[in-house]
Amino acid sequence: MRSSRVSSPGQLLDGAVVPSSDGPEPGQGDGSLAALATKYGLTPSAQRAPIGKYLRELAHRWSFIMGFATARNIAMYTEAKLGQLWQVLAPLLNAGVYFLIFGVIIRNVSRGVPDYLAFLVTGVFVFSFTQRTFISTSKVITDSLPLIRALQFPRASLPLAYVMIELQQMLLSMGVLFVLVVLRGEPLTWHWLLIAPALVLLTMFNAGIGLFAARTGARVNDFAQLLPFLMRTWLYVSGVIYSVQQVVAQHAQHYGWATTLLQANPAAIYITLVRNSLLNSQRLSAFGAQPFNAANCAAWAGQTTRPAGVSKTAWANANRLIRHQPPHGRPLDQYGSAYCHPTFVSTHLWQFGVGWAVVALLFGFWFFWRKEVFYGRG
Amino acid sequence: MDEPTPTVIVDRLEVVYRVYGAGGDRGTASTALFRIIGRKTRPTIREVRAIKGMSFVANRGDAIGIIGRNGSGKSTLLRAIAGLLPPEHGTVYTTCPASLLGVNAALLDDLTGERNVVLGCLAMGMTKKEINAKYQDIVDFSGVREFIHYPMKTYSSGMGSRLRFAIAAAKDYEILLIDEALATGDAEFRVKSHARIDELRNKAGTVFLVAHDLEEVEETCNRVIWLDAGKIVEQGEDVIGIIDKYIEASGGDKVARDPVTRKRISAPEPAAT
Repeated sequence: MRSSRVSSPGQLLDGAVVPSSDGPEPGQGDGSLAALATKYGLTPSAQRAPIGKYLRELAHRWSFIMGFATARNIAMYTEAKLGQLWQVLAPLLNAGVYFLIFGVIIRNVSRGVPDYLAFLVTGVFVFSFTQRTFISTSKVITDSLPLIRALQFPRASLPLAYVMIELQQMLLSMGVLFVLVVLRGEPLTWHWLLIAPALVLLTMFNAGIGLFAARTGARVNDFAQLLPFLMRTWLYVSGVIYSVQQVVAQHAQHYGWATTLLQANPAAIYITLVRNSLLNSQRLSAFGAQPFNAANCAAWAGQTTRPAGVSKTAWANANRLIRHQPPHGRPLDQYGSAYCHPTFVSTHLWQFGVGWAVVALLFGFWFFWRKEVFYGRG
Repeated sequence: MDEPTPTVIVDRLEVVYRVYGAGGDRGTASTALFRIIGRKTRPTIREVRAIKGMSFVANRGDAIGIIGRNGSGKSTLLRAIAGLLPPEHGTVYTTCPASLLGVNAALLDDLTGERNVVLGCLAMGMTKKEINAKYQDIVDFSGVREFIHYPMKTYSSGMGSRLRFAIAAAKDYEILLIDEALATGDAEFRVKSHARIDELRNKAGTVFLVAHDLEEVEETCNRVIWLDAGKIVEQGEDVIGIIDKYIEASGGDKVARDPVTRKRISAPEPAAT
């Protein structure tokens, strides 16, 4: 076993072996070992791969990412009696709680929104995809420490696998949502096909923020404590429960920049894209779906004073229509937003959707890759 | 392989741990608040110099045993080679990323052994086809038999480490770092793992082995590095000579050896580990 082919370092490089000294000895710091490393093509162990090579290795691990995601999904509910049924039950219960509070108890928010139940459930399902991704990926590095320490693989596989887990969960919720929406009497149209690109963009965006959260969560422990509050704030500004359109119509005159920001918020963009694809009622009430009518728009938004430039007759007429059903067409108290200025129309939504997805993914990936060698360090 | 080719070069390596919250204030919310208001950095950061300037070269085909007391820097050295700890000074050069097999390297506890095998292999970059070809070998090697269908959290510590070793050893590594991972295995598993380490060495790999079981080091390694307090006390190819000195320095009984083969005669367990 101890054959002659094995050599000791002493023979190889006399004097390179520093026995025991407190720090580098003078004379040893001439870089002879570094020169040896260069000669045989050795590289420092704590050095990350260049981005191109890293991406190739990551692509090579695609089956690991998917396998890890499936396995985690299965393991998640193995302890529960109802098992995998929870994957469907959990989002349903979640939506049920929101409906109980905002659809039954506090009815204010549902005013001015056609088919509030479908509106709410779509919002909850789409937002919880982002929310769950953010929270789970912030813990992925700490959760997988033993795996990271034992095996060599591009660490970005782990947050991406977690995004895939949440994607699988979200697709299941979407199945539930389709059934619910059809039961609510929404027509099945070609617009449904637009859900696919919307969800692809959302997944790209989530992958980006997942990579961001993974690095931040691994490096700053306080992040995990802060995250629930951040997510709740994001939930309440993203128009999951109420209609962003209503806030925009009410305040666009005085807080133009704030309402633009509210509409450009990525979560609001993706939620609106999915809602507009899935729900006929949302498409019909979208800004600009009807010829502009300032009186109708203001009355729908709940304004009590007559807006500038609106005649007294038109204002009275619009207020009458809000209280009573219009003679023809759709009820103004719900579909009135269609008469507002088309500020954020479908084209803008798609442009912003693509923009956010690309920016988040590129930034998130770069941000995560920068600290690749630090993951796994205690 | 006449001319030795280096796979790991440790060049004047120093590793410093910074320990937070070691003593100092009482650790309550109010002390933390005053610390932030007063813009003080944490007073409780303490520096522990775990490795104090260490250089050596490991070549292809080497199996290097690392011995020393608890806290002498053995595990720290392995983690630095694996790139898991940043060096304070100096550099560790390697031909490729090293794989570290630690005693606590559980994979995914909730999942069955079966899935762990597949996922572990996928993570190491094997294709589905390669995994299918190697799956049975891994299961046979681990010797967990029908438990392969049970979640890994139901395994005994010995079974767990056997499966982990089997998975990690399924790939031909250039550099494999083993940190006490073989300690919990039974006699049969030791024979198998020694054979596998020899095989890796013959395929021009380099194996580092941290073990308190000195007999294991004697049987497996062709070189040994004796560490104490973050420095190399002695190193070389005279594995048995250095181990005997180490046992003597630790105050253990002299090991009775056959004068010709230098094999242990009655092999009493060394007193100091």
